[in-house]
Amino acid sequence: MLIKQLSIFLENKRGRFTEVTSILGEAGINMTAFTVSESSDFGIVRLIVSDPDKAKQVLQEHLYAVTVNEVICVQMPNKPGALSEVMKIITDSGIFVEYMYAFSSGSVASVIIRPDNLGKAVAELSKNKVELLASSELFSL
Amino acid sequence: MSREDMHKLQGIRLKKTVAMVYNNCEPYRKRMQEKGVTPADIQSIADIAKLPFTSKKDLRDYYPYGLLSSPISDIVRIHASSGTTGKPIVAGYTRNDLDIWGEVGARCFTAYGLTKNDVIQVSYGYGLFTGGLGAHGAGETLGATVIPMSSGNTEKQIMLMHDLGAVALACTPSYALYLADAMADSKIPRNEFKLKVGAFGAEPWTEGMRKELEEKLGIKAYDIYGLTEIIGPGVGHECQFQNGTHLCEDHFYPEIVNPETGEPLPHGEVGELVFSTITKTGMPLLRFRTRDLTRLIYEPCECGRTSVRMDRILGRCDDMLIIRGVNVFPSQVETVICEIPELEPHYLLVVDRINNLDSFEVQVEVKEAFYSDEINKVMDLRKRITHRLQSVLGISPDVRLVEPRSIERSQGKAKRVIDKRKFK
Repeated sequence: MLIKQLSIFLENKRGRFTEVTSILGEAGINMTAFTVSESSDFGIVRLIVSDPDKAKQVLQEHLYAVTVNEVICVQMPNKPGALSEVMKIITDSGIFVEYMYAFSSGSVASVIIRPDNLGKAVAELSKNKVELLASSELFSL
Repeated sequence: MSREDMHKLQGIRLKKTVAMVYNNCEPYRKRMQEKGVTPADIQSIADIAKLPFTSKKDLRDYYPYGLLSSPISDIVRIHASSGTTGKPIVAGYTRNDLDIWGEVGARCFTAYGLTKNDVIQVSYGYGLFTGGLGAHGAGETLGATVIPMSSGNTEKQIMLMHDLGAVALACTPSYALYLADAMADSKIPRNEFKLKVGAFGAEPWTEGMRKELEEKLGIKAYDIYGLTEIIGPGVGHECQFQNGTHLCEDHFYPEIVNPETGEPLPHGEVGELVFSTITKTGMPLLRFRTRDLTRLIYEPCECGRTSVRMDRILGRCDDMLIIRGVNVFPSQVETVICEIPELEPHYLLVVDRINNLDSFEVQVEVKEAFYSDEINKVMDLRKRITHRLQSVLGISPDVRLVEPRSIERSQGKAKRVIDKRKFK
């Protein structure tokens, strides 16, 4: 139920993210989703990739600061109000969201969530019949 | 005064000072005993080479009152400068010392052509820093009208400078440039200001900056020189010829020594500047090593003054930086960085002058394990590093977190400082 996410620290310098994508491409690693959060002089890129351990290794070989942590991926129908139902469960369960990002395609929408308490989030969402994707399912989308 | 008469006077004053520190200040007495020197060995100014040196470290080691030669009951004022680590360097002044300070400061203002009829705006910071109260005392001793403005509150600075008819402005050169722009923005025509003289000091500045200040402000810009350890601003000053800094050598005896061996160097050679105070009673210092490199000029000046002149400061014997008027040693930054577990022990200081104000960036590398997926945590870490550095250095750096191993590793002497400012 938990999905590994890579976080890369990047200085705001020309061509840094280009280099990251080319390293991953050459290593045959596919990206399913990513998001960038930025400050004035650096950014953190968060990625869901097909092979997080290998991705971490190749990026470290190129001296990038990479950390791996776990997130959950909630899947829901790609229709109005679907996310609202999920969010209501999260709020009512007293779970805080550190950050989230989403992607949708066709009839399904997926939301990557980093809750403050992973175990509690998995338990509460499962109890309420919210669909949580495993890594393998995520990459077959 | 002829050089011979000056030496005679300096000899008499040195003898008196040495006797006083020997009898009243234990660290000096011990050090003289270790060197086998007694006050009786000091008969003329030439005997000064027999005396031990004093370093900035001594001032820290004997913090706060250890180097006083007068009882605390005779100390009427304390000043302090930023030291190299947490504790500042503290100087105690007797009534006599404040009188001397006023006298030498008034000489500076006189050399700039100011008189008791002039209004002087003091825009140095008032407080522990010697700039504000030093220039203030100098102006009052001269009998001028002093506006104790202190720094900041720029709009009011401009308003009072205009309304009160300030003829002279005393502040740091970088603040003067800032005020120059503010004056231009104020839309008050230049001819409604009476300003004609700038007394600038407390940080290094260049001929280029002088030219810019003189053009922008429409004034003559003079250097005022001083060190907290010796007395503060007033140790030396330029004259109307702006050709070297006249030192008040009847109060502060200068020497140039080889920075490595401490041996006195022949007249005119470049070396480390050393001062002995020969009239102060609160915290007289013998042969204080400034770590500044310069040379002394004994030829009489066109202005008619016979006092020795100091050339521009050509550099430092150590790695101290002066940033926004504050002394910063790379070793201080290193200490802070090594105390923070999230950081690698590598860093780079980048100093520049942007719009005439010093910029100060500290680049650090975060250990990989401490990078986070959450930007807030990284920002918090940066804030923590900034606060810690600020509390130790006394100025706030821009902390820049850089990628792992992007700071150059070096086998030999690591390059820790990039100073892009131009002083020469």
